[in-house]
Amino acid sequence: MSGRTSLIVIAVAVTALATAPLYLAPFTITLMNYIGVYALVALGLVLLTGIGGMVSFGQASFVGIAAYATAWTTALMGYSPWLGLVLALVVTGIVALILGAVTLRLGGHFLSLSTIAWGLAIYFSFGNVEGLGHYNGIASLPPITIGTFALVESDRIYYLIWAVLLLTMLGSYNLLNSRAGRAMRTLRGGNVLVESLGINAFQVRLVTFVIAAMIAAIAGWLYAHMSRFVSPTPFDIDMSIEYLMMALVGGSGYLLGAVVGSALVMLLKDNIQDVLPLIMPSSSGRLEIVVFSILFILFLQRARDGIVPFIAQWLPDTVPPRPTEAEPLGRRKMPAPGQVLLEVEAAERRFGGLIAINNVSFEVRTGEILGLIGPNGAGKTTMFNIMTGTLPASGGRIIFSGKDITRAAQRDIARAGIARTFQHVKLRPKMTLLDNVLLGTYPRTVAGFISGTLRLDRIEETRAQYEAMKQLDRVGLGSRPYELAGNLPLGNQRVLEIARALAADPVLLLIDEPAAGLRKQEKLALADLLRALKAEGLTILLVEHDMEFVMNLVDRIVVMDFGCKISEGGPQTVRNDPRVQEAYLGGVD
Amino acid sequence: MTAQIAAILAIDGIATGAIYVLMALGFVLIFSVTRIVFVPFGDIAAFVALTLAALEAKQLPGTVGMVAVLAVIATAMELFTIMRAGAYDKVPRAIFYYLLLPLIPAAVAWLTSGTLLPAVPRILLAIALILPVSPLLYRVVFRPIADASVLLLLIVSVALHFALAGLGLLFFGPEGVRTRTLTDFSMMLAGVPISGESILIVAAAAVFCLMLYLFFDFTLYGKALQATAMNRTGARLMGIRPAQAGAVAFLSGSVLAAISGVLIAPVNTIFYDSGFIIGLKAFVGAIIGGLLSFPITAIGSLFVGILESFAAFISSPFKEVMVFSILIPVLLWRSYTLVQAEEDHEE
Repeated sequence: MSGRTSLIVIAVAVTALATAPLYLAPFTITLMNYIGVYALVALGLVLLTGIGGMVSFGQASFVGIAAYATAWTTALMGYSPWLGLVLALVVTGIVALILGAVTLRLGGHFLSLSTIAWGLAIYFSFGNVEGLGHYNGIASLPPITIGTFALVESDRIYYLIWAVLLLTMLGSYNLLNSRAGRAMRTLRGGNVLVESLGINAFQVRLVTFVIAAMIAAIAGWLYAHMSRFVSPTPFDIDMSIEYLMMALVGGSGYLLGAVVGSALVMLLKDNIQDVLPLIMPSSSGRLEIVVFSILFILFLQRARDGIVPFIAQWLPDTVPPRPTEAEPLGRRKMPAPGQVLLEVEAAERRFGGLIAINNVSFEVRTGEILGLIGPNGAGKTTMFNIMTGTLPASGGRIIFSGKDITRAAQRDIARAGIARTFQHVKLRPKMTLLDNVLLGTYPRTVAGFISGTLRLDRIEETRAQYEAMKQLDRVGLGSRPYELAGNLPLGNQRVLEIARALAADPVLLLIDEPAAGLRKQEKLALADLLRALKAEGLTILLVEHDMEFVMNLVDRIVVMDFGCKISEGGPQTVRNDPRVQEAYLGGVD
Repeated sequence: MTAQIAAILAIDGIATGAIYVLMALGFVLIFSVTRIVFVPFGDIAAFVALTLAALEAKQLPGTVGMVAVLAVIATAMELFTIMRAGAYDKVPRAIFYYLLLPLIPAAVAWLTSGTLLPAVPRILLAIALILPVSPLLYRVVFRPIADASVLLLLIVSVALHFALAGLGLLFFGPEGVRTRTLTDFSMMLAGVPISGESILIVAAAAVFCLMLYLFFDFTLYGKALQATAMNRTGARLMGIRPAQAGAVAFLSGSVLAAISGVLIAPVNTIFYDSGFIIGLKAFVGAIIGGLLSFPITAIGSLFVGILESFAAFISSPFKEVMVFSILIPVLLWRSYTLVQAEEDHEE
């Protein structure tokens, strides 16, 4: 599907929505209103769960906070619903910020369990706080008015609801294709990569969480003025689950999934409500939940990705044009060659009783390629990890460009100019090659969440894309920038990691076994690339097992064995060192 | 608040807390073996209470129908798997374990319905009726997705709770029940009354804590169960069958749920949906223990019970709010003490 076809499809969809009140029955329009409001909440969940990997069972309580805030402002205090909207957003935002700050450091299921707990706590508060109508709720909310035009009938508020939904989807779409959105998309799959790119993972999670809550707040405001009545029941945990179900059924990784899921769940519910009383007249509405839950479980067992990707696989792919040439991103000033760039002083790392690194000291000089070699288990990767802040050192000091970075956070070390690749490749397999490399440019660019959402970041974004494309070309992966990273063979994934590291414009490049999984010709090309980088003034520290590759490439070598440094010097010196020979080949009698 | 009121509240809290201890241990037991956060645990406990009440009223408990339906589905799934693999020799075994064994207590209940059994066989029958439910649910709902992420298992688990709560209404009806007291014993300790029920609850909790501790720390099979949780593939290579380990965990978890259901039914009115909130409170205790440590879980659950008791005295409407809010500081503390492996996160 080309860009033009998608535009036509979108135009047809918008026209169909805009004229819906003309050809749909009022009852259907009311149903559409609910679908729109719920789709908004589900959209927040798509960002939070599908994109950010945080499952929330408490989203309905954010809807409730907003609904109660606007009910209080309008029905009880007599102010305009627009002031109600402001208050709804502010209160929900503050609550989300506090809850997020406290719980988002937790990973995975602990976070989700905490959402059940605060979701329930907030729900019980609605019914018990004085002045909010207890379990009877607050009635007679005024309708939203635009000028003097009151949105009373369902076919009037319909336009507001769907306009808000479409604009929120557009904003989310823009956001996901911006610098901040890429950081959000990186959250799934572990913090180590995220932080190694200079991204503050916790901050991105927190902002994502607050965004999802704010979208829920808008939905809550619409809901309150649509039904003109609030009570605790629509904001309990059952409803939270229903929202989650909408997002997952539609396809939690896709913005459209929220709308599809919401529509499907609402239509299904509508039909089940009609049919079930015929089968079991005495079930009093509870059977509906049973049928729903069972359908949901079956769905999760059989088709976890949701409906949208299932349909999307039948559609032809859209291939965006290659990034065009743009003004290059600013570069770091490289230090003069020959100085000490990084100094490791008596570094030590223990895992319980095991000493992985024992009193190792060496230095890396600017403009050189230093090889770090040693048999398996020698502590090379652990050395990398403590140099980049991935693991804290148990003792010793690490000094980079004259600054002590021993206790510095991983992302600060990354921002200071040390870029790395991983022994076990860490990519985002479901993102394109270009997006993966673009992640590297994160510390060199500044656009935030708001400018991303409003597309004010385009100049910087084009520059970043050009930079990423340049690095992809440079490592030889430039032919298909929109291929998914997970489709590359492992060897090329390692090379892709190098491109990503280069996009960060590092002073020092740490590469962990780059030649593993490459063919002879590819290895030669990689060696040429590393030499060219060296010629540009980049300093490289290399861990590699392919001795031929190392010996022909590096200026100096540090050899480790069982956590200790056993030798250091030029390739020839090291090759002739009896201790090295013993470590690799066993004792020579 | 006088010292005497405080003492009464504390004792009440300890008794409630002891129930939470039993349930929280069940949560930890099931989670640590299968990585499933078994949210419907509370429902199981509530169903035991409802079953016992039905037996007392000389009615056929709804559990019979529930077990029968689940057993048929589980057997059908098991047979389908066996047929597809062509391992026909396993058919009798599957029918025995998934169909006959679960239906034996149901048959007993059916045959004896209309007569009032003496207390001990009655309670045992109620427990026996409910025991197959969790392992059968494990077979039907979780086994097909045993390798899924903890998060997906959790979502399924929450959905399962809603299905069970709805089924609870269908099978047991909307009425609340309170079963006959287990003991009329009561005593005064320094002017504070202590009921026999409370003593029984605390004693049961203590016994089961000790048993679990001994089982997991001193028996090979306990270690095998733990190994399954840590690394399914690794455990399988060592000859441990994860599916079987899971079924055992669910069965022993059910025992804990059943015991807590029997103990709570005489002191609280139980409805078909009471289990969820009780379970969640136990859950708060389990999370204090990081879903890993049995002793810390026990202490945490006792703390939740005492907190609830005092909260109810201070402000009854906000009792639940306070109990669930306590989780937030606990989680904050946990977030700094629990080291999460990178492998926990998935794509």
